[in-house]
Amino acid sequence: MTYAAQSGHPGGSLSVTDLVTALVFHELKLDPARVDWPDRDRLVLSKGHASPALYAALSLRGFLPREELASFRKLGSRLQGHVDRTKLPCIEASTGCLGQGIGMAVGMALNARLRGAAYRTYAILGDGECQAGPTWEALMAGGHYRLSNLVAILDRNGLETDGTTESIMGIEPIADKFRAFRYHTIEIDGHDFPQILSALDEARRTTDGPTAIVAKTVKGKGVSFMEGKHQFHGKAPNKAEAEQALAELARVPEGRT
Amino acid sequence: MSGVLGKTESLRDAYGKALVELGEKDPELVVMDADLSGSTRTILFGQKFPDRFFNVGVMEPTMMSIAAGLALQGRTVYASTFAVFAAGQAYNFVRQSICYNRANVKIVATHGGLLVGPDGGTHQIVEDIGLMRGLPGMTVIVPADAPTTRAATFAVAERDGPAYVRLTRENLPTVTDGSFVIGKAAELRSGSDLTIVAVGALVARGLEVAEELAKVGISTRVLDLASVKPFDAPALLRAARDTGAILVLEEHSVLTGVGALVAATTSENYPVPVRRVGVPDVFGESGEGWALLDRYGMSRERIRDEAWELLRARGKVQ
Repeated sequence: MTYAAQSGHPGGSLSVTDLVTALVFHELKLDPARVDWPDRDRLVLSKGHASPALYAALSLRGFLPREELASFRKLGSRLQGHVDRTKLPCIEASTGCLGQGIGMAVGMALNARLRGAAYRTYAILGDGECQAGPTWEALMAGGHYRLSNLVAILDRNGLETDGTTESIMGIEPIADKFRAFRYHTIEIDGHDFPQILSALDEARRTTDGPTAIVAKTVKGKGVSFMEGKHQFHGKAPNKAEAEQALAELARVPEGRT
Repeated sequence: MSGVLGKTESLRDAYGKALVELGEKDPELVVMDADLSGSTRTILFGQKFPDRFFNVGVMEPTMMSIAAGLALQGRTVYASTFAVFAAGQAYNFVRQSICYNRANVKIVATHGGLLVGPDGGTHQIVEDIGLMRGLPGMTVIVPADAPTTRAATFAVAERDGPAYVRLTRENLPTVTDGSFVIGKAAELRSGSDLTIVAVGALVARGLEVAEELAKVGISTRVLDLASVKPFDAPALLRAARDTGAILVLEEHSVLTGVGALVAATTSENYPVPVRRVGVPDVFGESGEGWALLDRYGMSRERIRDEAWELLRARGKVQ
């Protein structure tokens, strides 16, 4: 998608892909035939630049035709560079400028509590986004209101546009920060599905407040020349790179069938 | 002078009381505040409906994103704080979480403009109308008195989508009959020599100056442009045609406020001389609110001088 668009954010999309996959195909109650189903679970991609990962997953889950993915970032497309609910109804919240999606997720979770609705709200945050003050305002509110129907998932890939988070503006000890903000905090490998699913189960069993899942991930996961490279935060691959990337991603990992 | 002005009342109280009525009518309505509920008067709603009132403390940007999240689930949400925080501190959250998402959030911002007074220039935002008017989909209302505040509080609830209502800290004399309608200007005084277009606290001063001018035979139309966006272009252009000159009064920066809107609209459609009375390109300072208006170029004398300037330009006086 980013190759076809010749712009976009491949690195942070690949790091979050396994988390999005677990949510969209396993955890979330969704119905492609009813995007406005009141009881659907809400997913807010607070790091809205990882839109390709969400578009791809929603497409495979039946929310949009696969051919539409090629229109990403093009004029007239519903697939905006950053997710846009007014164009694509299966998107819960338009995000892009960071530090806002998590606040909207808090509002959605509060609504469920007020209405006595059973749906749960999940927000995916980037780690660069954790440098933004309003991220912590929103997290503070989620903790204060003890929103046990809220799960904040951190895509901890360690890299932002200009380099590593820890060299630019360190966010560690990040799990302790979530705990201090009254989150039941679980640290996992964000590419290990049993760990992801078990953390989501644990979040559902947590009833005295919100849960944070700190998922350690690899930026550019699955593409050898992108892995761990901040240079692919906001840069599209060229043709040769795109072909190699798709070939590598299509390979079945060792030990799996 | 007092003949043209009614009882002086608090716009903020009118807002708080209207909120309580709205809360009774709409069981889904939610109100938010950022640690200023006593000043904004959202406390009146909070006391009546504590379960639907969220005082989030000093986090104005996130108040806007939480409000948007609540509104996107089908609720009408009112969010209040001082104008400098609502339009200034939280600008990009109003822009993305509320406007870009088309969330049904009504921002009712109190303490707009220089009339904030002793708190000083940090808190006297005179850029908010321009900032909010520039946002796609945003409705912008600047009431001149308590009856219009009450009517506007109800009117924005009826209109789907984001709204920004700017209130004043100071109590203001009643100048309208409260028959406010979004998109319509209120003609508070008819006239044929000159039109005064005003918003907020300066509507009363405009009426006073019009009354003075009447004594020397000058007939001044006064339009209350409380509905800044959408605004009543036909009424404005009718005034341009009928009176040939427009004086704009606003407690806001002349760079980006209602004066700029009036000048642009007339010059594109029916060019007539327009003069703007408002805050020049400077920050305010501490002081009593009404004295600040005098100091920063919005005194009755200044308004009168600008009116004469326009009348001379049109050859209506020597």
